[in-house]
Amino acid sequence: MIREYELNIGPNHPGIHGNFQVHLKLEGDTIVEAKGNSGYLHRAFEKLMEQRTYLQNLALIPRVCVPEPDINEAAYAMAIEELMGVEIPERAKFIRTIVLEAARSMALLFHFGGTAAMIGNYTVNYWAVADRDLMVDIFLKLTGARVYHMYIWPGGVRRDTYPGFEDDVLGWVKYMKERLPEYDNLFFKNPMFMHRARGLAKISKEEALQMGVTGPNLKATGVKVDVRLDEPYAAYPYLDFDVPVLDDGDAWAREIQRRLEFELSLNLIEQAVKKMPKGEVWKKMPNPFKWVIPEGEAYARVESSRGEYGYYFVSDGTDKPYRVAIRGVSMPHMYPLAEKLLIGQKLSDAPFILETLDICPPEIDR
Amino acid sequence: MESKEYFEKTSYIGALSSTKYIFKKPVTVQYPKEKLELPERYRGFHVNDMDKCIGCGNCMSICPCQAITMDDPKEFHLVTPKEGSTHLRPRIDYGRCSYCGLCVEVCPTGSLKMERNLIFTSQDADAFVWFPAEERRKAENGFTQSNEITPLELERVPMPELEPDVRKKTFEELILGFSEEQAIKEAERCLGCGICIQGCPAHMKIPEYIDAIFKKEYEISVKYMLEDNALPGICGRICTHKCQDDCVYNYRGDAIQIMWLKRFATDQVKDYKVSDPYMFPKSGKKVAVIGSGPSGLSAAYYLTLMGHSVTVFEKRSVPGGALGLGIPMYRLPVYEIEKEVGHLKDLGVEFKFNTEVGKDVLFEDLMKNYDAVYIGVGLSYGRAINLNGEDTPYIIQAIDFLRQVKVEGRRDIPKKVIVIGGGNVAMDVARTVVRLHEINYGGVDTKVQTVSLEDWDIMPASKEEIEGALEEGVVFNPGWGPKEAVFEDGKLKGLIVKKVKSVFDEQRRFNPSYYEDQTMFLEGDYIIEAVGQATNLNFIPEHLMQQLKFTPRRRIWVDEFGETSISGVFAGGDLVETSLGNAISAIANGHRAAIGIDFYLRNVKGGKND
Repeated sequence: MIREYELNIGPNHPGIHGNFQVHLKLEGDTIVEAKGNSGYLHRAFEKLMEQRTYLQNLALIPRVCVPEPDINEAAYAMAIEELMGVEIPERAKFIRTIVLEAARSMALLFHFGGTAAMIGNYTVNYWAVADRDLMVDIFLKLTGARVYHMYIWPGGVRRDTYPGFEDDVLGWVKYMKERLPEYDNLFFKNPMFMHRARGLAKISKEEALQMGVTGPNLKATGVKVDVRLDEPYAAYPYLDFDVPVLDDGDAWAREIQRRLEFELSLNLIEQAVKKMPKGEVWKKMPNPFKWVIPEGEAYARVESSRGEYGYYFVSDGTDKPYRVAIRGVSMPHMYPLAEKLLIGQKLSDAPFILETLDICPPEIDR
Repeated sequence: MESKEYFEKTSYIGALSSTKYIFKKPVTVQYPKEKLELPERYRGFHVNDMDKCIGCGNCMSICPCQAITMDDPKEFHLVTPKEGSTHLRPRIDYGRCSYCGLCVEVCPTGSLKMERNLIFTSQDADAFVWFPAEERRKAENGFTQSNEITPLELERVPMPELEPDVRKKTFEELILGFSEEQAIKEAERCLGCGICIQGCPAHMKIPEYIDAIFKKEYEISVKYMLEDNALPGICGRICTHKCQDDCVYNYRGDAIQIMWLKRFATDQVKDYKVSDPYMFPKSGKKVAVIGSGPSGLSAAYYLTLMGHSVTVFEKRSVPGGALGLGIPMYRLPVYEIEKEVGHLKDLGVEFKFNTEVGKDVLFEDLMKNYDAVYIGVGLSYGRAINLNGEDTPYIIQAIDFLRQVKVEGRRDIPKKVIVIGGGNVAMDVARTVVRLHEINYGGVDTKVQTVSLEDWDIMPASKEEIEGALEEGVVFNPGWGPKEAVFEDGKLKGLIVKKVKSVFDEQRRFNPSYYEDQTMFLEGDYIIEAVGQATNLNFIPEHLMQQLKFTPRRRIWVDEFGETSISGVFAGGDLVETSLGNAISAIANGHRAAIGIDFYLRNVKGGKND
């Protein structure tokens, strides 16, 4: 008879990103029950934001999500702009789009590295981190910081682009496009990956919709839902693009979906840089010490590399938000979805499955 | 974009192609052998120019991490004391700093910057807290503020005023005042740092009352004003606004129009009674206030709030002293004085007009019948320059002329007028004459010219007044002094002026010297002298006068509570001010004397009688 036993993945484990625990019950090496255990990373951002003025929160919001901070800045700024009824200058919209797409491609590179590492292909990890760093250098020049840019702020962006920014970005896009076939050869077209991922942890379309799954995880099941298309923000209405969709819904399809979206990001950056108009980059906002926002509520959402990311804002007409709630994409991906998907899988596949869902614990806990 | 099938064609040989990277150089920067070049906008440690910094604390207020505290850096670095600056400087805890750069964005002087360096090592946790003085700088500037994209609002809301052609035909107020929308927009600019408070002689709670205006709480705003200033509506019109000179916005943009905001808030509150800051129960003590100028009214107001019964003795028939008699209607309308004095009357202050102390009532009697006496008679007599013909009706003192126009309704004026003087009173006179000319002659064939010893650069009148006078067509003759008035058949023909060599002597004292041979003849049939005022203390009997101590500049000596060398007799206003007289200083020392009188009457321990 096989003994049933318990095993924790996390909070400190190479198979998990961030301080998060997955509590497993196993029979042999087969998982019979999985429970997520969050709380190790709770920083109470939403509550802290209620005690800070609208400008001060700028330093807080990017820290919600480490691999892709800019989506926070964009959603926060958009919620405030909606409450204040402000239209931002065209150029700022394009700069935001470039920043957001570059941030997405950086987050996806991180993700590819992580997924490959989970099945033992560490080379992808080294490549991805090194290639990502080339974009980090451009961000450093543009915003003055490597990771927490605090560059997108209500009204537009904080500074205009530096001279030579367009060439730098296009150079990186060109370089990445040349590198992509090498990534394909090494990882996405690697039979090892194919054998491991095909048919693993399959989600059906209905299941995904019912559980509130968004982003590449949903698109990989064949549902074309993307905030960039459905409710275009920033400069997306001016760009010509379509979002790729796959229909398998398994771990393989999810990875390939991300690989295709990475390519789309590169195309969007290219388009946005070429179409970027000249002009102002910031619409004047009130004095930060007396920045009062009219009473009301707003929900602003953006498409992050993981799915629909949103800020829900309630203002009571004072200089601080009355309530802020963040829609962390990974929450539904972990809580009903991963807990269900892990059942019946082998223990050695567990980190890989979690990684293909792109679960980001800082988003779950906030 | 690749199709699904592309990824389904897998191959091990493709994966092996990555082995070629074994022979390539590593991509990592080989630090410290190789140095990374940091970009222009790099947000590293702070650098603060300690002498440029004014210690306003805006960086501390905006810091989302509470990493900045304002501290006295004297043990580390000497800060040169200067006006409009505190002795505090930001001290930054790098254990808390998030390098967001918001402190740099809101720095009004631009002294705070970030450098292109983020390397510091120490085993001592306390070593990560420091004053970011220039001496610590390790690299060149990184993130700095920009004038195009700044959260500060550098430009002021323009104050609507009457056009020169319109305003010179009327005695209506020329400043129209803010609309509510404009006032709130202007109030919104305020950063709330409070550097201006030191500039105000009365130390009014400026950030608080501006914030109340921003929140549309005008009664609360006026309450904050009344705590330190009994006449906020008058000050909102004629104050010399030294606070605005200290406003931190002066470094990068336009100062907040604090005075106009004050005027706006007081205009919104019809009855100040709702805004009185406090009210003590009746003490049963009686205080006599001589003179109803700004200092007298201020003392009367605060003494009443403190529970004492106050009687104000005024020689003239109208209250306000210099405010009521001297300041023209286009700057300070009569109804504004009536409103503020009415507020005092409602509180129970008794006014005795047309009652001259020393004539109608004796000073000794006041001392006998009242528990304390406050002298606030100001400088109510014009100072003569000993010009020939001063006894003729063609030469008049400015203070008499202004009173005749404002109180007695004088409207006649000769066509060619010469005003002697370059101060604000001279401007008031000249601009009043312009209006009378327009009313009497439609401005045809008339001329107003001023003669002042001081040249443009040192003319004591305020810039706004000079500009206003120029716009209205006043002709200036700066750098000339009067020599002789020319009469023909007993009628004034004009004034001979001589070129000024220097106004001040080597000790920077007022002592003009002239080129006696360089003269000029100015045609005119009326001369108004506006060269300063003097006081008259004849109402004080001889034996008390001998007890009274004076300062070297011939002002009454008072202690820090406004008490003179005679016990129970207090003084304030221009009588004790050493600097140029202005209403807000008079209001401030009227308040100070009220506190002194209160201590004296209550015999407070720990107060001045301790």
